[in-house]
Amino acid sequence: MTFWQKNLILLSCLLFFWFLCSFGFGILFSEYISFIKIGGFELGFWFSQQGSIYVFIILIFTYSYLVERLERKEKK
Amino acid sequence: MEAQTLTYIFVGLSFALYIGIAIASRAKSTNDFYVAGKGVNPVANGMATAADWMSAASFLSMAGLIAFLGRDGSVYLMGWTGGYVLLALLLAPYLRKYGKYTVPDFIGERYYSNVARVVSVICLIFISFTYIAGQMRGVGIVFSRFLEVEIEMGVIIGMGIVFIYAVLGGMKGITYTQVAQYCVMIFAYLVPAIFLSIMLTGNPIPQLGFGDKLLNSDIYLIDKLDKTIIDLGFSPYTEYSKSLIDIFCITAALMFGTAGLPHVIVRFFTVPNMQAARRSAGYALVFIAILYTTAPAVASFARLNFIDSVQNTSYEDAPDWFKNWENIGLISWMDKNQDGKMQYSSGSPFVESRPVFADDRGSLGQRLLENEANTSSSNEVYLDRDIIVLANPEIANLPIWVIALVAAGGLAAALSTAAGLLLVISSSISHDLMKQTFMPQITEKKELLYARLAAGITILLAGLLGIFPPAFVAQVVAFAFGLAASTLFPVLFMGIFSKKTTKEAAIGGMLTGLVFTFSYIVFFKFISPELNNSDHWLLGISPEGIGVIGLILNFLVMLLITKSTKSPPESVINLVETIRRP
Repeated sequence: MTFWQKNLILLSCLLFFWFLCSFGFGILFSEYISFIKIGGFELGFWFSQQGSIYVFIILIFTYSYLVERLERKEKK
Repeated sequence: MEAQTLTYIFVGLSFALYIGIAIASRAKSTNDFYVAGKGVNPVANGMATAADWMSAASFLSMAGLIAFLGRDGSVYLMGWTGGYVLLALLLAPYLRKYGKYTVPDFIGERYYSNVARVVSVICLIFISFTYIAGQMRGVGIVFSRFLEVEIEMGVIIGMGIVFIYAVLGGMKGITYTQVAQYCVMIFAYLVPAIFLSIMLTGNPIPQLGFGDKLLNSDIYLIDKLDKTIIDLGFSPYTEYSKSLIDIFCITAALMFGTAGLPHVIVRFFTVPNMQAARRSAGYALVFIAILYTTAPAVASFARLNFIDSVQNTSYEDAPDWFKNWENIGLISWMDKNQDGKMQYSSGSPFVESRPVFADDRGSLGQRLLENEANTSSSNEVYLDRDIIVLANPEIANLPIWVIALVAAGGLAAALSTAAGLLLVISSSISHDLMKQTFMPQITEKKELLYARLAAGITILLAGLLGIFPPAFVAQVVAFAFGLAASTLFPVLFMGIFSKKTTKEAAIGGMLTGLVFTFSYIVFFKFISPELNNSDHWLLGISPEGIGVIGLILNFLVMLLITKSTKSPPESVINLVETIRRP
C-alpha cells in the first residue's frame, strides 16, 4: 500500500469516530444511550454539550501522531 | 474605586498592550503581511486561531443562547468545534504544504483558472463581510454598556485600534496581538464561571460542577434545572425541541462551514510546515474548548440562578443586578396580576418582541412599560439573552474588577476576530484580484502598499456597517456558515483528494452551492419570513442548516461535470501529488 492509501484509511477510521461521537451519540442515538448516567449527566446530553468536544481534541492529536509516524517511514 | 474608572484602566491597558505588540512586530514584506513570515510557533498560532475564531458572539452571546435554547444549543457547541477535526484532518496540512498566501490562490492554481479564483474571492468577501459587521457592532455595544460612550463613538475607537495594528502589522502584528487577546478573553470568561460554579455546587471546575449535586443538597443541578423549567411551562432543558433532522443539518452546516471559513484557514498558512499545521489545529481546539465547554455550564448556572432569584420574589426584594439591568433596558417587569411579585414562565410577557419603556416608574420603583400585555401567558419578566455573560459577575457578587475584566474580554473577542477578517478581505483584494488577476506587473512593495490600503478601506466599510447596522445583521449569520459550507469546503476538499476534478466542475459547483444556499436563505429570511417554519422547509431543514444540502449539490455537480469535461493538465496533477507528499 502506498503512503496515500494508508493515510486515507487512517482518515476514514478517525472520521468514523468524529461522526459517532457528535452526530451519533450526541444527536441520532442520544435517546438510546441516555439510560447511562455520569454524575448528573445523561450520556447523550453529556456527549452533545461536553464529550464530543473532548473527543474532537483527542482525534486531532491522534491523527497528528499517527500520520507523522507514517510520514517518517515514507521519507526513509 | 468606581467600576467605571476601573473599566477604563483595564480597557486602556489592554489597548496599550495590543498596540505595543503591533509596533514590535511590524510587517516588512508581503510574506510578513499575508502569512506572518510562515514562522509562527504552532502553540502561539493555536492561541491566535482561538482568539480569531471566538468572536463577540461566542464571548457575549453563546452562553445566553444556550441558557434559553437548552439542549438545542448543542448545535453551536458541536458545530463550532467539530469543524476543526475536518480542518486538521482534511484541509489545513495540505493547504499549508501548497504554501501560497490565500485560499483563492489555491483554488486559482489547482483549478488552473482565474475565473475560479475570482468566484472564490466573491464567496470569501461575502462570507467575511457578513461576519465583520457583527464584530464592529459588538465593539460598539461593549463600549456603550461599560464606558457609557455612544455606540458610534465606541465603533470609531474600535476601528482606530484595529487600524493601527492590522494595517501596520499585517498578519504578523495580528497574530501576536491575538495571543494577548486570547489570554485576556479566557481569563475574563473563566473567573466568573468558576465563582458561579463554587456558589452553586461547591465544585471549582465549571465543567464538573455542571454535572454535580447542588450545594447542601442531594439533587443534581441538571435535574433541578429540568424540573424547575418544566414546572414553569418551558420544554425540558435536556431534550431537543427541534426535529432531529434539523439539529443534524444545522450541526453539519456549522461544522463544514467552520472548516471552510477563509479567515480560519489562513491562520494555518503562518506555521512552518504541514506537521505544525496539524498540531496547531489541535492546540487551537484545546484553547477554544476551554471556553466552549465552560459556556454550557455557565448557561445552566445562569438559568437556574436567574429563576431562583426572580420567581415569586417581590420586586422590592429583587437583587441589585436585576434593577441595574432594568435601568439599562435589558430586563423588564410588567406586573400583570398586580401582586407586586415577579412571575416568570414560558411565553412572552407582552405582545411586542422588545420592551418599550414609559418615562415614569411604578409604585415599587419598577420601570413602567407601554407594551400591550400578552394575556395568553402569565410571564411578567422580559430578559435579553445577551446579559447572561455580562451580568454573571454581578449575579455571583464578584468584586468590581471582575466586571471591568469582562468588558476588556468582550472587546478582545470582538477586535481579534475583526482583525483576522480584515486581513483575509484585504489580502484577497491586493493579492488575488490585483497581483494575480488584473495587475500582475506590480512590484512586491506596491502590492504591500495596496494590501495596507485595502485593509484601511475595509475597516472604514466595516465601521460604517457597525454604526449604521443594516437591520439584517443578526439574520445573516446563517449566511456565513451556509455559504462557506456549500461553496469553499467542497472545492477545497476535491482539490486535494481528487486529481481529476476539473475547472469547469469547480466553477459549476461553487456557483450551484452559492445560488442554492443564498436563495433558500433569502427566501425564508427576507422574502417570505411568514413561511419560515418547518411546514414549508425543504425536508424540514431550516435556513440555518440548508448549507448541507448546498454542499451535497455542490459535490454532485462537481462529479457530473468532471465526467464530461477534459481532464486537468499534467502540471495540476503534479501539484496535487506534491501537496499530498509529506
